[in-house]
Amino acid sequence: MQADIFAKKKRNTLAFLLLLGAVTILAMIITEYNALKGFASIPKAIQWGMANFYPTAESLEKLPVILEKLQETLLVSIAATSAAAVFALLFSIFGSNTTRVNAFFGAITRGIATVFRNIDVAAWALILLFSFGQSALTGYFALFFGSFGFLTRAFTETIDEVSGGSVEALKATGAGYFSIIFQSVIPSSIPQMISWILFMIETNIRSATLIGLLTGSGIGFTFNLYYKSLAYDTASLVVVVIIAAILMIEYASNYVRKVIL
Amino acid sequence: MEVKEQLRNVTVPADHSIGQRMPAKPFNKAVIVTRLTLFTLAVLTIYAFYSFDYKELDFMDALLGTFANLKTIFLEPHLKHFSFGHALYQVMVTLGLAFLTTLFGAIIAVLFGLLAAENLSSKKVSIVIKSMVAFIRAVPTVLWVLIFAVAAGLGSTAAVIGMTFHSIGYLIKAYSESFEELDRGVIEALQASGANWWQIVFQAVIPSSITYMISWTFLRFEINFAVAVAMGAAAGAGGIGFDMFMASSFYLDMREIGAITYFILAVAIILEVFAARIKRKLKTA
Repeated sequence: MQADIFAKKKRNTLAFLLLLGAVTILAMIITEYNALKGFASIPKAIQWGMANFYPTAESLEKLPVILEKLQETLLVSIAATSAAAVFALLFSIFGSNTTRVNAFFGAITRGIATVFRNIDVAAWALILLFSFGQSALTGYFALFFGSFGFLTRAFTETIDEVSGGSVEALKATGAGYFSIIFQSVIPSSIPQMISWILFMIETNIRSATLIGLLTGSGIGFTFNLYYKSLAYDTASLVVVVIIAAILMIEYASNYVRKVIL
Repeated sequence: MEVKEQLRNVTVPADHSIGQRMPAKPFNKAVIVTRLTLFTLAVLTIYAFYSFDYKELDFMDALLGTFANLKTIFLEPHLKHFSFGHALYQVMVTLGLAFLTTLFGAIIAVLFGLLAAENLSSKKVSIVIKSMVAFIRAVPTVLWVLIFAVAAGLGSTAAVIGMTFHSIGYLIKAYSESFEELDRGVIEALQASGANWWQIVFQAVIPSSITYMISWTFLRFEINFAVAVAMGAAAGAGGIGFDMFMASSFYLDMREIGAITYFILAVAIILEVFAARIKRKLKTA
């Protein structure tokens, strides 16, 4: 009956909305989130930002120091991503259904990647802080582990998607395992892999800021330093520099992506 | 933390799969750019290693130390400064933060997503909103949270507002792309029959993309959980992330970090499995 369908649909929607509302209230209670204060803080933050959060002439003097830290963060992100990509390539070849050596080995490599992917970079940073201390290497390895897990998954999907047919064809002609990998799988998936690597670099610069805050290195630490000492004008300059760097890298990687894909 | 977000952002071009021809010239632009990119990355990586501030760190020592630590962390976890029940409650707090951010983000993103979809609004409005999204995404989440913390004070309120920004940016992009997939003819037919903009939105646009929206929103929830853990650690937002930060920087208790990591890992994997099931269900429905 037509009327019943609509009535049922309405009931379902209503039940869903009620459930959503109940969960929202529960979430607000346990997180102690104050909705009124939350919404009131938006205009307050804008007002405060207009009044204090902009770079002044004085803060511009700190620009060379900030740029140096930014360079460090950029290099850490790029180095971590590139190194992770090399390992991810290896693992994805062993983990992908089309190119794996055998099912058992494939399951193990995929399992390792899942664990690495699901431990957050912030968690890695806190774990690595014990032995690497406040050096750039803490951030480097945290980003490396996070990127490794993610890129392995992305590369595995790329290989599965790109090379099913050609691998079969080459197998039929009697090509060896290594010639299949180097002549077919890698060349045909390299454009997409580069695209993933570029995305990862963008993401890692953002994460590097967070890791820097936690581990005391790079641009995140610089921001924290000025922020904690209430030098908001200089802190805002750091934000501006980060935004500029990320937008620039996004632009460059969009260009590369457009040409190669 | 925002890693997962990227995985879904790349739309994989389907025309690469079968029948990809050999490039006509061995050295066309794509090949050159590919090689140049790889070469640049390699050079920058080597330079990075050369320029790192190692602070007189003995690399081998630190590496071996890390392996020893990882062994302690993952094989001998314990809870010392709080109980199992407390840890579970803190995980719920983190999930709550993720839920609120996702919900607020989704509500706001539906509105702006409609305006960002070119077939539902004008090209000008769409460009303005898309560049706003690019700006929002360029500022790291932790900076959003800390900026709002000045106005609202450190804690969950600033965290939720600050974290919502990235959710909005991400969901606007996802929603508007699925809105844009709607057939032009459907909109024109409805317009011809005299339906107004809201009627078109509620009767055609949202019903046709609701399954996409649900699966994108849940993916964002997954990401927001990871973000909430990180914000607890970096911006004092509370939840399990804050306990982890305390265990690492305050008590220097590796075994406790191990226990907390297992908690986070368990929730992350449960969410991932759940997301896969939702996706499968939506596909078959």
